[in-house]
Amino acid sequence: MTDASRNTPSHGMQGTVQRLVWPHSVPQACEELIQAGARLQMAYAWFPRPGDAPEVLYLADKGPHQPFELLRCTLPQDQQELPSMAPRIPLLGWYEREIHELCGIHFKGHPEPRPLVLHEGSQPPFPPLDPRYQPTEPMPYTESPWELPPLEASDVQILPFGPVRADVLESAQILFYYIGEAILHCHPRLFFKHRGMEKRFEGLVPQMGALIAERISGVDSIAHTLAFCHAVEAACACAVPPRALYLRTILAELERLYNHLYYLGHLCHTTTLKVGEAQGKLLSEQLKQINGLLTGSRFLRALITPGGLRRDLDVSPLASKLRAIEPEIYRYMELLEQTNSHLDRLITTGQLPQQIAYDEGATGPIKRASGIAHDLRCDHPYAAYAELPMEIPVRSEGDAHARVQIRMQEIRNSLALIFAAVERIPSGPVISPLDPVPSAEGLGWCEGTRGSIYYCVHFDQQGRFARVKIKSASFSNWRVFPFTVHDTNMMDYAINEASFGLTMAGCDR
Amino acid sequence: MPLWTLFGLNRGLATTPWPNKADASMQPGVLSLPQYHPEQCREDCHDCADACLPKAITIADRNLHLDYGKCIGCQLCTEACPHQAMTPSTNWAFGVRDRKDLEWAEAIQSAPAQELQHRIQNHFHRSLHIRHVDAGSCNGCESELQALNNPFYNLHRLGIFFTPSPRFADLLLVTGSVTYSMRGPLLETWNAMPEPRWVMATGTCAVSGGVTGGGYACGHGLDGILPVDVYLPGCPPNPAAIIQALLLLLDRTEQKVHGGHYAS
Repeated sequence: MTDASRNTPSHGMQGTVQRLVWPHSVPQACEELIQAGARLQMAYAWFPRPGDAPEVLYLADKGPHQPFELLRCTLPQDQQELPSMAPRIPLLGWYEREIHELCGIHFKGHPEPRPLVLHEGSQPPFPPLDPRYQPTEPMPYTESPWELPPLEASDVQILPFGPVRADVLESAQILFYYIGEAILHCHPRLFFKHRGMEKRFEGLVPQMGALIAERISGVDSIAHTLAFCHAVEAACACAVPPRALYLRTILAELERLYNHLYYLGHLCHTTTLKVGEAQGKLLSEQLKQINGLLTGSRFLRALITPGGLRRDLDVSPLASKLRAIEPEIYRYMELLEQTNSHLDRLITTGQLPQQIAYDEGATGPIKRASGIAHDLRCDHPYAAYAELPMEIPVRSEGDAHARVQIRMQEIRNSLALIFAAVERIPSGPVISPLDPVPSAEGLGWCEGTRGSIYYCVHFDQQGRFARVKIKSASFSNWRVFPFTVHDTNMMDYAINEASFGLTMAGCDR
Repeated sequence: MPLWTLFGLNRGLATTPWPNKADASMQPGVLSLPQYHPEQCREDCHDCADACLPKAITIADRNLHLDYGKCIGCQLCTEACPHQAMTPSTNWAFGVRDRKDLEWAEAIQSAPAQELQHRIQNHFHRSLHIRHVDAGSCNGCESELQALNNPFYNLHRLGIFFTPSPRFADLLLVTGSVTYSMRGPLLETWNAMPEPRWVMATGTCAVSGGVTGGGYACGHGLDGILPVDVYLPGCPPNPAAIIQALLLLLDRTEQKVHGGHYAS
């Protein structure tokens, strides 16, 4: 322990090694983490008792098979202020802005002191996550102009795109500063879909929380519910039965499959490869129909709950169904890799250098396409992943094509994982009793289709949720995305965005 | 290029014959909103209401009140009910013209003649253009809306198209419980649409707010914001249910749900 520490409590956030730090020692503690090779994953704040001072928490990944480290810093009641770590650790920039808006804590020296989650014109009487803010009280809001980067040259034009965009797309606004075809600067305005989902958990029992977690990002229902359940199970020291661990693995990989196949089809849409688009989307539809047959839900919902699964599944027909579609999937991916008109639009498009990917917080296939070989399924295994063989695909090019190739390899991996899991799945119960532990805290994580998802849960003295923090994959990747758009051209934008495979719902929450 | 042309031809027809030809296997195994069997229900029991997060089931004066417009199909009531009064169901065609038809009624009133049907038939015999607005969904509804244009559902064959511009749109299809910052863009889109124009609330969030409505950032769906012509609950409604609701708007199919009762 170093000077930055205060003391180490015997209990606290399960799933982490935690350190209490003084507000003024946050920079030193973060620096020590960086020097030890750790990567900060997220930061958030909560109010342990209504009307009391908030606590700010920083989560760091110290590497494969090492426990996560959690820095905890309680602020003095009269000075809710911290030094901003964003100049040193850029990926914390968005987390600090979010904490400022939702919890009212000021970050001194923040490089981007602008609204992020709550749009200009919102006037909450208290910060919305302050317990004094009543859960059903709507936030007063008047639409107001927002601050834009200033223009210094007269021939630069601004193109606002969204929030209602073409086709069936989620709401987001992208502003382009451009000359002719050349984009000089890309300025996304997100969080139109901010629903205040973290506050929804407050006062709920664990089983009901799973319903909310399923609805953070519909196409990541399993990943979010898994990370949520892992956090609750860690907090309440609940051991999930082995059969449920295998079923959860199968469900998580089925989710990855239908998402990645849709991704390949949608990418063909942007490169105008029509038959390729149709085939990718048809394969994704077939996977969703298999989901429906297996679980009763095309999105695999209404199954996973804290402690295990709500009911057992008969997975014996699954392997033959997937075996029937497997050659079609492989053939489809082979053809895409032979189509020059498609590859021409992907290779060198939207390049993301490894250093930017690391510093700005890229996660999932985006990070692995830029040379960072991390995957929570291998590095911090959960469910049945430790017992199943898998490799992490990595590419170093960092372009749209590398991002596609990572996903193609993950499709192959997912199929192999499902086949292995179906073969080895043990019999037995699928749920363990889970009793909420008053004032317990837990961290849970999951490698979703789009990258890492973390949940931190804090129970109150009645065993109901006092605070649930969600770190979604798209929140991380949306921050990174504009770095691949600056200084590119309009024609590549749609392809580049599709190659990231982002969701708004997960980012905005 | 010849590679893909040949591939497409070899792949053959992938489109479902439904709805032009009845297909009993449409959405096999997919559970929709639960079915209520009042004859099984016991007066002194409230297990289902206790298990209902969005308060689709409430009990007042020992009477059970059921509102499918709030149901997210989580199936918890079917697990909680000790008397099989709530059972899992694959009935998915929940599109209705009148919000009241999603609320359980003891006696079903005969469906009133809909003036809308005749109006819309006069305007759109065969073709409909949709402008979709995501007013704060979880992306589940978008995923199913995007599925409408895959080769299996192939929405175009029914003369129904998504259009980028509200100026060309006949129908405003809204998902999500309407967040404070999407309310303005939603109304602007509506105002940009030429008359006559229609509105469809798609998914439980847009119908009533579901489990995401209320709170500091969200409204309770479209009621009170726009005049809704068709309500389609579901979390999310599956693509067949969306198609059924669109055909209902065009008066090309029958409404299945009246007073919460599902016509078999």
